[in-house]
Amino acid sequence: MSALTANEISHLRKSLRRHPTETEFQMVTAQWSEHCSYKSSRKDISQLPLSRTRIGLNGGFDAGLIEIGNDLVLTVRIESHNHPSAIEPYGGAATGVGGVVRDILSAGTRPIALMNGLRFGNINGNNPKVNQHTRWLLRNVVRGISDYGNCIGVPTIGGELEFDKSFDNYCLVDVLCIGLSKTSEVVPNFADTEDLIFLLGGSTGRDGIHGAAFASAGLNREDRSAVQIPDPFLKKILIEAILEAVEKGYINAMKDLGGGGLACCLSETSYSLGKGFDVDLSRVRLREEGMTPTEILISESQERMFLIAGKENRESLEKIFAKYEVGYSIIGKVCSGHNIKIRHHSKVIADIPSQIVACAPLLNRRSAYPSYLRKKAATKLHLPKNLSPILLDLLGTPNLCNRSWIYEQFDSEVGLRTVLRPGEGDSSILRLVDGKYVAMSLDGNCRRCYLDPYQGTLGCLSEAVRNVICSGASPVGLVDHLQFGSPENPEVFWTFKQSIAAIKDYCDAFKLPVIGGKVSFYNEKNDSPIKPSPVIGAIGIGDKLENIGKARLSPRCHIFVIGSTKEELGGSEYYLSFHKSEGGKVPRVDFAEDKRNALAVSDLIANGVVKGVHDCSKGGIAIALAESAINGNTGFDVDLSLAPNTCDRIDSLMFSESNSRYVVITERPKEVSEILTNFKSRIYCRKIGHTSDSAANDTVQYRNGNQILVNLELEKLRLAYNNSLENMLNDVGI
Amino acid sequence: MRKIGVVVFPGTNCERDVFHVLSDVLHIETEYIWHDRQDLDGFAGLVLPGGFSYGDRLRAGVIAAHSPIIHQVKKIAKDGVPVLGICNGFQILIESGLLPGALVKNERLNFVCKWIDAKVKNTTTPFTKLFQKNQQIRMPVAHGEGRYVADGLTIKRLRQKNQIVLSFLNENPNGSAESIAAICNPEGNVVGMMPHPERASEGVLSPVAACIDGSTFFRSLMHYLGEAYST
Repeated sequence: MSALTANEISHLRKSLRRHPTETEFQMVTAQWSEHCSYKSSRKDISQLPLSRTRIGLNGGFDAGLIEIGNDLVLTVRIESHNHPSAIEPYGGAATGVGGVVRDILSAGTRPIALMNGLRFGNINGNNPKVNQHTRWLLRNVVRGISDYGNCIGVPTIGGELEFDKSFDNYCLVDVLCIGLSKTSEVVPNFADTEDLIFLLGGSTGRDGIHGAAFASAGLNREDRSAVQIPDPFLKKILIEAILEAVEKGYINAMKDLGGGGLACCLSETSYSLGKGFDVDLSRVRLREEGMTPTEILISESQERMFLIAGKENRESLEKIFAKYEVGYSIIGKVCSGHNIKIRHHSKVIADIPSQIVACAPLLNRRSAYPSYLRKKAATKLHLPKNLSPILLDLLGTPNLCNRSWIYEQFDSEVGLRTVLRPGEGDSSILRLVDGKYVAMSLDGNCRRCYLDPYQGTLGCLSEAVRNVICSGASPVGLVDHLQFGSPENPEVFWTFKQSIAAIKDYCDAFKLPVIGGKVSFYNEKNDSPIKPSPVIGAIGIGDKLENIGKARLSPRCHIFVIGSTKEELGGSEYYLSFHKSEGGKVPRVDFAEDKRNALAVSDLIANGVVKGVHDCSKGGIAIALAESAINGNTGFDVDLSLAPNTCDRIDSLMFSESNSRYVVITERPKEVSEILTNFKSRIYCRKIGHTSDSAANDTVQYRNGNQILVNLELEKLRLAYNNSLENMLNDVGI
Repeated sequence: MRKIGVVVFPGTNCERDVFHVLSDVLHIETEYIWHDRQDLDGFAGLVLPGGFSYGDRLRAGVIAAHSPIIHQVKKIAKDGVPVLGICNGFQILIESGLLPGALVKNERLNFVCKWIDAKVKNTTTPFTKLFQKNQQIRMPVAHGEGRYVADGLTIKRLRQKNQIVLSFLNENPNGSAESIAAICNPEGNVVGMMPHPERASEGVLSPVAACIDGSTFFRSLMHYLGEAYST
């Protein structure tokens, strides 16, 4: 486990001008872990254009807040729980959900939706042991999220999933939570001297001791005691109790207990509020006997919240806690000065300025161009003769196939806000009030980010924003979750810096703020780093629910493609699954074209002339069309050579994953052409074909001029797409 | 107008949804009933909404079924007051003995959330009066323990006494005996159903063209209680 380095210890002594006590030393060790302090990444992430309206304080960035009018605010937060999920997938994933929900709750906002981004190793590769392990991880991660999210009554409205060999015997579990509240009810976050400090919810035990340190090193040994135990029922009543107290205005400041436990919560809150705390650990409710003060301070037991309230509200708060039968204790009070004073019974065991604990000395990590990139030259790949079997195989690959086996285990509708459920559109949609809605999309692409972390990250940003655009919403902000191997490896750190540069450039070009984010390093198993895995969430707000199209074909419609297809197949599903190639040129983002096409599509949707829009991403135009056909139960006939492109080969035109492209489905082709022709700048757009007249004996046909490339019954596509994930999961024979 | 009560236990999580549909969509006077309330005087009907009362510990619905308010629910049910249990509410009605049989883990052992087709088989209950006999409707289910099971005699009686209110059509999402999706007591005033009618009461939330089949359950209740409602 990573303790403090010699430099850090001397920095601590210098700042304190004395030796730290044992308790102080342990607090600082927890807070200065990579997980809590962001000591490797803070210098870089500070370049990002963070939103001005932020609340709370949580490690690197904070839970983001978006004012959406009508006296309402949304909060958004993304977190991961990778190490714990890799060794105990059920509990790790469940407590991952629990943690991010607490962040949203800390602002006093009601959690209204969850999303998840999941990454696993090979599930149908050559190594049966790995496949089996992946199945075990996937089943239990899904069950963990399902049991927790469903029980607390927060719908899981969507997500994304990727399989890649760099995650073999490991996994990434990212959870995003959205909160909603009246602007006037957001917790004000202040503290007055003599205010009371409540510790509410679960009791404190030895689970999750050293969790932050555990997450701040590679996963080389399985430390199950560092994984916390979920209790969604307790979380549910905690949510209701806290929101009742928030509504009444009884809470001055609030924070959840997450990584680093009470130690980090005390130091970060004291530092952000600019107040001192006087806390007695003997007042903390314990579930185990004989816990040392240090164990109490750094335990990461779940379902605990830290509240600061005025004395005058004590009785009212106690009534609410009694109504919901939530355990609590008053562990201390706010005092003047800036020190955290910690007692155990009457003995003072720490008395340290919170600023020293909260502000770890930042590191300058070395970065170096990765040697693997020098070797990744593109190879000449043969042009396959028959494209039909390739299309069917692609539809059934783990990275593209139907995910309903997963999302049907999530309650996606509780709360009565879900307008587009998982699988129904490119983004998930929640209605708010007066026809307003929020569209959310989460996207990642580790293979492209591996080959070119800068363009790869831009691609994730572009895709997330495209998905929101497809739902007729205007993007208002982004969240990012940057997941990499060890920052001590200069080649890994170089990829991290490239990713940050991409986010900065994209945000500058599109004038979008980063409203929340998280960095997770040390994602390694046995010293082998994962592929760079930034996951981007885009949040959009729309106000015409009636204009939302679904990503599905319907009979008697015309099909347009907006955006140019280029020879950009590096990291594509086609290269990987058919040519077994991981090299090649990664799709680039042309900011001007990306922006132009997004505006054009928004214009079409706002004018109400489209039935549906689908983003072209993984698997290219061919897969985007096939998915829309399956979802809409309607076939089509298209001539791909009509689509704007600069491709040399027909397989590239079908499967290239160039950015900034949309498939538009409409019953009013003339109006679509008219709007696009009169658009203020030139849009690359062509009608490529039409959908079938009826659903009887339906077929899909892809042509290259008059040459038929693929002609298949829709039912065949459906079978390939629908059954594969379930078959892989049930493949217990291997 | 007489009011409808929405019974809330710790862990119930669909109470605000049911309240919203009754109160905001159908404009029915509605009131939450926290589980420690002593009397249920003045309520013309009750809804036990879905969720995870007491975290589904031991098994779904069993702890709530032993809480004091259930005595009151039983009392007014005996007096003929309409009582609707949805999802976890259905599980509670079963565990409290107000409805026969048992709800066990879904056949596939996974939680299942999806829209399903169902057929209305009994249109005499206060909650199904406004349906046509054998009407096909769509609503979502969302549960882990919704597979209805009972011994052969019980099933036979349910059939004979017209106590099967809804059955799944086309696809049986949880493996229920006889594809049962909802049942009632012999008197018909206590109905338990696995699908969520409150989630199919507003067209904008429906995945299929503006389906509001769910609202008919609540509108039936108001009709039964002698009020004419139009929405």
